[in-house]
Amino acid sequence: MAETEIEFDTAGITKKFMYVNRKAPYGTIYALEVLEAVLISAAFEQHACIVFIDDGVYQIKKGQNTDAVNMKNFSKTYGIIAMEKEDADEDEDMDMVWRIIVEKESMEARGLTADDFVIDVEVIASTELAAIMAEQEIVISG
Amino acid sequence: MLHTINKSPFERNSLDSCLRLSVKGSPILLIEDGVLAATRGTSVSDKMATAMNDHPMFVMGPDLQARGIAGDSVADGITVIDYGGFVDLVVEHGTVQSWL
Repeated sequence: MAETEIEFDTAGITKKFMYVNRKAPYGTIYALEVLEAVLISAAFEQHACIVFIDDGVYQIKKGQNTDAVNMKNFSKTYGIIAMEKEDADEDEDMDMVWRIIVEKESMEARGLTADDFVIDVEVIASTELAAIMAEQEIVISG
Repeated sequence: MLHTINKSPFERNSLDSCLRLSVKGSPILLIEDGVLAATRGTSVSDKMATAMNDHPMFVMGPDLQARGIAGDSVADGITVIDYGGFVDLVVEHGTVQSWL
């Protein structure tokens, strides 16, 4: 069978996506699955809010070392999200707004500060984050 | 935005997180183990009563039945719906946030 190239015409279609991370890494597959979905979103130049709530804040904790548990340390991959955000911020031709948000209450409840994370984040209190969530068009949760 | 909760409030913090991060007026639907929050006389009953001041509250009847929870055990103010009702809520409110 001849190879056919499938093209997706997504020009002009930009939606507000939110990715809600609420689970710690490694114990379940949720964190990695949401991370992969975020990276796909970048390929399609969509708006994205990547938020870390509850134990999800541990996904971006500095100093992860998975050598002894024989799992891939995917915390480094969040750096790609930070790079995508930089591209979105700097490229005026790109209609793409990215935000990386940690809920203040979840962070503080776990004794963490913004300095504990592998990427720069906006620390936002729950009331304001609720309003941001309410204006999203598509929410992907994990 | 419609919020769904599918975890027991006695085991997970999904209910608490949903209440902290949902704007006033947005409906909440309890499904699967989340339906346990709908029963009367529990340690989360007061929290649920307060939440219902700000949110229309729904619970999935089939999930209640599966767990042996009769309709008269459901707290006042919570609307019991079926799968068709779930579809109606999604159609009406568009975006769904699942508190897993």
